[in-house]
Amino acid sequence: MSLREALAGEALVFTGEVGPPKGIDCDEVWEEAEDFRDKVAAVNVTDNQSSVMRISGLAACIKLKQMGIEPVLQLVCRDRNRLALQSELLGAAIWGIENVLALTGDHIALGDHPQGRPVHDLDSVTLLQAVTALMNGRDLAGNRLDGAWKRVRLPKPKDGSKQKRKFKYEGPIPEKCPTYLPGAVVTPCAEPVEPQILKLEKKVAAGAKFIQTQAVYEPAALERFMKAAEHVGVPILAGIVMLKSAGMARFMNGNVAGVSVPDHLIQRLADASKEDLQKVSIDITAELMRDMAGMCKGFHLMPLGWSKPAVEAIEAAGLS
Amino acid sequence: MIIQKQKAYENIEEMLAPYQKVFVAGCTECATACKTGGEDEVAEMKERLEAAGKTVTGTAIFDSACLRGEVREVSREHQEQIEAADAILTLFCGAGVQTVGNYHEDTPVVPGVDALFVGETIRAGKYTEQCQACGDCLLDVTGGICPLTRCAKALLNGPCGGYTEDGKCEVDPDTDCAWLLIFERLKTRGQLDKIRETQAAKDHSDHHPPQTYKWARPKKKKVKPTA
Ligand code: SF4
Ligand code: SF4
Repeated sequence: MSLREALAGEALVFTGEVGPPKGIDCDEVWEEAEDFRDKVAAVNVTDNQSSVMRISGLAACIKLKQMGIEPVLQLVCRDRNRLALQSELLGAAIWGIENVLALTGDHIALGDHPQGRPVHDLDSVTLLQAVTALMNGRDLAGNRLDGAWKRVRLPKPKDGSKQKRKFKYEGPIPEKCPTYLPGAVVTPCAEPVEPQILKLEKKVAAGAKFIQTQAVYEPAALERFMKAAEHVGVPILAGIVMLKSAGMARFMNGNVAGVSVPDHLIQRLADASKEDLQKVSIDITAELMRDMAGMCKGFHLMPLGWSKPAVEAIEAAGLS
Repeated sequence: MIIQKQKAYENIEEMLAPYQKVFVAGCTECATACKTGGEDEVAEMKERLEAAGKTVTGTAIFDSACLRGEVREVSREHQEQIEAADAILTLFCGAGVQTVGNYHEDTPVVPGVDALFVGETIRAGKYTEQCQACGDCLLDVTGGICPLTRCAKALLNGPCGGYTEDGKCEVDPDTDCAWLLIFERLKTRGQLDKIRETQAAKDHSDHHPPQTYKWARPKKKKVKPTA
């Protein structure tokens, strides 16, 4: 079942995530993707995640597709201008990759090439506009996609007067246009949240059909956000980054804006013995999903390599 | 103003290594305000170069080093000193360096200053970047705060998810998130609708460097003398 079908269905939807490596040794990524097979509706492939240079997300998505695993192509606006982003999108389409997630991207200064020049030619909203334009047979500049329009000769004026337009274009021809399921992200626990909602509205207006959120660890906070975002009317998958240790949770609290892991969860991780740590992490993730299941369309799990535990958490939650 | 800072002296010395005789030039505008190339800095540079064994053939302070006519006039006044020099050391922004260089095609011009940005002077010695000279000002929409310049990602349609609880940008804990500033200001004014509308991707087509700009001289209207 495709992500599109899953989102249209009644059941909760789960998505996973893999991060392509820096280098060409991808075995681990394929294994992680394999772990998610049939357990999630789709697997996100990150795009130079954390502004660290890695193998192309599109290349990895193509591989997933060949493995029969549904990918979500993440596209950030930091590394490519409007030409490169659109050509990447067209490239995705010919490989049958239709799920695309538009993101701003972390700032280049935070990654491993701080010397580079960030692009930010488009933002996540205008990138979504580009996706929508391509689906309608045109690019962002309004140019027609090759083959997507039929050129029809206009009849000569009977009175012999000079013909202003000799042709007109009919279309777009749906089979010749790429199809995408555009998605976007939001940070539900950002403080203040109003500007997030305002931008979310723009993303949906620009064509976003699903939302995956930044990590949420407080059901009450998600509930507040969902109330505020009720009117946008697209399915929202709440994000959870698997907490691998108390240290990592504290690090996220201190360093990742808009993410807050409550003390009681950190305490549980801190109290766990080394052997139990993964089990505690799975329990926490499963509990969070159970607590938040009534509020959202499903969950986007960001396992940071812990694909097996992520799948165990989905099973332990008993929601699917 | 073009905010600028003087290059490290060692760097200037290195660039001047091939030249014995140097003419030092400053500017009364931004370079004076930023203390890179005003009267004091030019005098100080002269002293330093002489102490290092260079011959300073002369100095001049342009009243706008980026004004071709002014550069021509002042250069004529200092013609002999400039002709005697192996190089001209300029202590102002790159626009001035090139204006001077374009006039003195045969004399190498050495830039003693790094131009940083177009900005506001908070007080002498403290500056913030405010404008990228994008060619299509949208400050009316964004409450007078430039997201192209002051948002680290130049976002035009609202913030990323990277602002902190105390309103700072993910990129730098000392810098305010421009979008929160815009949001708060417009909210206070009851003008949030201004940013609800999606800003299309910016049209750079008329603003690719190198740009030129020319206005037509307004025709003088003949005004009849009133009785
Ligand atoms: S929008 Fe920003 S960069 Fe453009 S002219 Fe206005 S202040 Fe300058
Ligand atoms: S935190 Fe604010 S200023 Fe910084 S990049 Fe994001 S929106 Fe721009």
